[in-house]
Amino acid sequence: MLSTDENRAEEFRTSRGRLADAGRESTLQAVEDLARRVRLSDLDMIGRAGLGHIGGDFSVIDILATLYGAVLKVDPSRPGDPERDRLILSKGHSAGALYSTLAHCGFFPLAELETFAQPLSALNGHPNRTKVPGVETNTGPLGHGFPVAVGCALAAKLQGSARRTFVVLGDGELQEGSNWEAAMTASHYSLASLTAIVDRNRLQQGARTEETKQLEPLADKWSSFGWEVRQIDGHDYGEVLSSLDPSSTGRPVCVIANTIKGKGVPFMEDRVEWHHKVPNAEQIMAAREELSA
Amino acid sequence: MTQEQAVQAPTYDCRKAFAEELIALAREDERIVAVCNDSVGSSNLTHFRKEFPDRLINVGIAEQDLVGVGAGLANGGMIPFVSAAAPFLTGRALEQIKADVAYSRARVVLCGQSPGMAYGELGPTHHSIEDLSWLRAVADLPIVVPADPNETRAALRWAATNGGPSYLRIGRHPVPALDGSEGPFVFGRSTEVRHGDSATVIAVGTMVSRALEAAELLGGEGVDLRVINMSTIEPLDAEAVLRAADETGAIVTAEEATTTGGLGAAVATLLAQSRPVPMRILGVPRQFAPTGSTDFLLDHFGLTANGIADAARSVLRHARA
Repeated sequence: MLSTDENRAEEFRTSRGRLADAGRESTLQAVEDLARRVRLSDLDMIGRAGLGHIGGDFSVIDILATLYGAVLKVDPSRPGDPERDRLILSKGHSAGALYSTLAHCGFFPLAELETFAQPLSALNGHPNRTKVPGVETNTGPLGHGFPVAVGCALAAKLQGSARRTFVVLGDGELQEGSNWEAAMTASHYSLASLTAIVDRNRLQQGARTEETKQLEPLADKWSSFGWEVRQIDGHDYGEVLSSLDPSSTGRPVCVIANTIKGKGVPFMEDRVEWHHKVPNAEQIMAAREELSA
Repeated sequence: MTQEQAVQAPTYDCRKAFAEELIALAREDERIVAVCNDSVGSSNLTHFRKEFPDRLINVGIAEQDLVGVGAGLANGGMIPFVSAAAPFLTGRALEQIKADVAYSRARVVLCGQSPGMAYGELGPTHHSIEDLSWLRAVADLPIVVPADPNETRAALRWAATNGGPSYLRIGRHPVPALDGSEGPFVFGRSTEVRHGDSATVIAVGTMVSRALEAAELLGGEGVDLRVINMSTIEPLDAEAVLRAADETGAIVTAEEATTTGGLGAAVATLLAQSRPVPMRILGVPRQFAPTGSTDFLLDHFGLTANGIADAARSVLRHARA
């Protein structure tokens, strides 16, 4: 198990404490800054490792940065705190985005990112909770994270705890039937503390979701399963932040975050080949410039 | 045979012991919850639900969700006993068992109810004879097959405190209570339920009492059979297996499961590499069972006292040749 970067963890706590009293603009600015740093680290990781899923990483990073930067009640120094909020990344192939986010928050040293996908590294191509603090369950095969998140929320309800559970789902992943089993269970048990966020980038590994197996009308599907649905621009930090407010209906909340695969690097954006294509040295330089601008 | 001896020993459905012990555990520890898939009746959880209505989670007919929810409850600090008919629990949710439970090291107690061919005439879709092969292939997942009600209770109690994942096979087909003189169930340790030095039968679950009957049949032939109850299949009690090979020189395994990867395969893998001795592996061959009751099917596949005795005679001829 990797250990906490205590300096960065202290920065994380200080920053979150300060933002709690600061205005919304400062919060959004901090989230945007975190997202920029996470994208740059992820780009380096993938370039160095020669593998990764950069397209889906970049579509979900603004969501993860908002969660860790402004919403989740977590402490990188106490990743096993029973009362922590839970975040489960069901689209486990975006491990790079999660690792990079966790490292910038101090869950483990940033330098560890250099080991990504190297022999015996804790940072496998898909996240492992027994090695990486902050990871709640081992994901990778799709359709697994959501039922686990339902169990987390059920446990909180049984214990009378106010802690919240968030699960981030890929949109293509919703073709797995287990998600809809979980969606039914969550609404049956009125798990208002559970928020499912769909990274709706409209692309999956081989083609567009709607050409592969149609998901639309997606919001209607969630509504009919008994969920409170919020549709947002998944790259607008203000919209993402507001969408993560607790349920107002007593029902579980589904945020359909409309996103762009490869967001932030124009030549990668909304292009199916960047699902797991690895940028070459020249492309990394170009991407760096875009992200640093 | 006297009148008294002809009277059959009483037999038990281990699901009753399961249900009673789970309630006892739940009274002692409020973290214990039962999770089921519309299997309140078949898992004997009616009384549990009555006493702990909030702690009985029913996800409906949805096994992937069932196991995932169990892993989540464990993440949230609960001790879930995830209970469903063994064929659906292990077949439908195999990837959840692998990724969410074993690989994630979630403290989930997987309770496969009515395993083997307990569902008899309902057919191969409802038989769970593949579970031992499937689950032995998954790392970090202890596999326990209690042979009678007392072992079932002890296995539950162990699983509740073991701190990690486990799979318990909870028998439905009636079995007699074993003589407990060899001591209680200890995880990872087999029990020698009959001493003997001619050959050894290593059995699990429904086959243990049948192996004891086989020993009685062979007694008149001058064969003194050792019978080992290998209630923990993973990790295997290698020491007991090797000792049996050294001391008796011939091994028969018996299980109500396919012979592709369960107990017999585990024992054979060990012996072939450490103490190659003649061996016979009894179980269900790699085929779908025909129509019939559980007893009919056990007879059909030779999983009877006579079948075990025949295998012992055969392995002894081989050993002496």
